[in-house]
Amino acid sequence: MEIKISVKNLEAFYGKNKVLHNISIDIPKNKVLAIIGPSGCGKSTFIRCLNRMHEVVGGSIKGEILLDGEDLTKTDPVLLRKRVGMVFQKPNPFPSMSIFDNVAAGLKLNGVRNKKLITPIVEKCLKQSALWDEVKDQLDKSGANISGGQQQRLCIARTLAVDPEVILMDEPASALDPISTTKIEDLIFQLKKDYTIVIVTHNMQQAARVSDYTAFFYMGEIIEFDETNKIFISPSNKQTEDYVRGRFG
Amino acid sequence: MENDMKKSNLFYYRKKITSFIMMSLTFIAALAAIIPLVLIFYYTISKGITYLNIDFFVAMPKPVGESGGGMANAIVGTLILIGIGGAIGIPVGIMTGTYLSEFGNNKFGYIVRFLTDVLSGIPSIVVGVVAYTMVVVPMKHFSALAGGIALGILMIPTITRTTEEMIKLVPHSLREAGLALGIPKWKTTLSIVLKTAWKGIATGVLLGLSRAAGETAPLLFTALGNRFWSTSIGQPIASLTVYIYDYAKSPFEDWNQQAWTAALVLILLISLLSLLFRIITRSKYKTN
Ligand SMILES: Nc1ncnc2c1ncn2[C@@H]1O[C@H](COP(=O)(O)OP(=O)(O)OP(=O)(O)O)[C@@H](O)[C@H]1O
Ligand SMILES: [Mg+2]
Repeated sequence: MEIKISVKNLEAFYGKNKVLHNISIDIPKNKVLAIIGPSGCGKSTFIRCLNRMHEVVGGSIKGEILLDGEDLTKTDPVLLRKRVGMVFQKPNPFPSMSIFDNVAAGLKLNGVRNKKLITPIVEKCLKQSALWDEVKDQLDKSGANISGGQQQRLCIARTLAVDPEVILMDEPASALDPISTTKIEDLIFQLKKDYTIVIVTHNMQQAARVSDYTAFFYMGEIIEFDETNKIFISPSNKQTEDYVRGRFG
Repeated sequence: MENDMKKSNLFYYRKKITSFIMMSLTFIAALAAIIPLVLIFYYTISKGITYLNIDFFVAMPKPVGESGGGMANAIVGTLILIGIGGAIGIPVGIMTGTYLSEFGNNKFGYIVRFLTDVLSGIPSIVVGVVAYTMVVVPMKHFSALAGGIALGILMIPTITRTTEEMIKLVPHSLREAGLALGIPKWKTTLSIVLKTAWKGIATGVLLGLSRAAGETAPLLFTALGNRFWSTSIGQPIASLTVYIYDYAKSPFEDWNQQAWTAALVLILLISLLSLLFRIITRSKYKTN
C-alpha cells in the first residue's frame, strides 16, 4: 500500500491547551480513511492540521506531517490547500456567486481567466459530484438557492475544481437527509479512484460503508487504526469495540 | 369542570387583550415616527412646488431684486461636492471598515474604532473649521475642494462602521471555504467577504452620501457659495443647502419661496440617489 500522508508524533494546541497527543498514522493513497470517535476527541482538529486550517483559528502544532514525503508544516499553506481540499460539515456555497462561479471560484480567484479553460472543468466537476443533471439549466442561479444536499455536492464540485490530491471531509453528510446522504456516499466511492479521502463521521454504518481504513480517536489520541473490516468486526482494543458497538460515545 | 373552562377562557381573553394593547402601542409609536416625515414632505412639497419648473434646473439665479431664475449652479455644485466627498469618504471608509472587521482585533483596531466613534460625534461645523484651516487657509481662497474634503471626512464614520458591521455578518464558514480552496487571505476578503457584504455596505455609502448632501455648516467657510456658474474644484462653488440657508433668511418673499423649492429638489436628489442604489444592488438572483 502506497502512503499519501504520513503523520509523525503530531501534537495540536489551542493556545496552551493540548488537544492532540502524539498522533502517528500513515494515510494510504487513493483509499478512504474514516475518522471516528466521540464528540470533542479531536477529529476535526486532526483533519484541519492536514490542510493547515488549524492555524487559521489560531491553533499551533508540533511534529511532522509528510505529504508525498515532504513536510507540509514547512510549505506555503496557500499552495498546500490547493493540493489538500476540504469539504465542511455545513454546506457553505458562496451566496454572492452563481452555481457556475461557485465551482469556478478556486480557479478564477487564483488567476485563471480563460473561460475556454474554465467551462469544461466546471462541467466535469459538476458531473463528478453528480449534480450536473440537476443544475445544468440553472448554472447562473445563486449557489445558495438550491437544496442543502445539492449545496453540499456543489461544495464538493468546488473542491474538485482546483484538482486536489487529497480531499478532507468533516461530517459532510451530517446536515443532510438520507437520500442526499446516500448520494454523497456513492460519490465518495467514485472519487477514491482518483483521490485520497479522509472523512470524519459520527455514523458507524457510514464509516463501514464508505471507508477502506478506519481510525478510532479518543481524547486526542489514536486508539486503533486498521482496515475498516477489522475495526468493525474484530477490533483488538476494548474501547474501540465498545464504541463501534454503540456502548459509549 | 365548567369552572375550569371559564378560568381557561378568562385566561385566553386576558392574553388576547394584552396582545391587542401591545400591538396598538407599537402601532401608535410607528405612527408617531412617521408624522414628522409626513409633515416635512407636506410643507416642502406644498411650498416648494410653485417654483419647481424647468427653469429651476437649467437657469442661473437672478440678481437681487429680480424675480424668477433657477439654481442650476447649486444643483451641479451639490453633486460635485458630494462627488469629491465620496471620492475621499467611500474608499477610506470601506477600507477602514474592512480592516477593523478582518484584522482589527488588536489595540490599534480598538483605537481606530474609538476614534471613528468620536469622529461621528463631532459637530459638522467643527469639521468645517478643520477643513478651513487645512485647505482654505493654505490655498488662500474658498474652494469646492475644501468643501468636498469636509464632506468626505464627515462620511467616513458612517461608512466605516456600516462596512465593519456588514462584513462581520458574513459567516465565518465562507472565509474558511475560500482559504480551503487555496485562495490567499487578501483575495478571500476582497472577492468573497466584501462581495457577500456589498449590499449592506452600499446602504452605508448611501447613508453617508445623503447626510453629506444635506450638510450646510461645514460648507459655509469651505465651499462658501457662488452666484455664478462654476465647476472648478479650485473655486468657491454653490450648493443647494447654502442657498436654502441664504434664501430662507433673506427678506425677499420670492427668495423664501425658492428656498423651499431648493429643499424639495434636495429631497428629490437624495431620493433619486436611493433609487439608483436600489437598482444597482438589486439581486441578480431570483429567490425561490
Ligand atoms: N477554536 C477552538 N478553540 C479552542 N478549543 C477548541 C477549538 N475548537 C475545538 N477546541 C477543543 O479541541 C478539542 C477537540 O475538538 P474537535 O473540534 O477537534 O473535536 P471533534 O472530535 O471534531 O468533535 P465533534 O465530533 O463534536 O465535531 C475539544 O476539546 C474542543 O473543546
Ligand atoms: Mg468536529
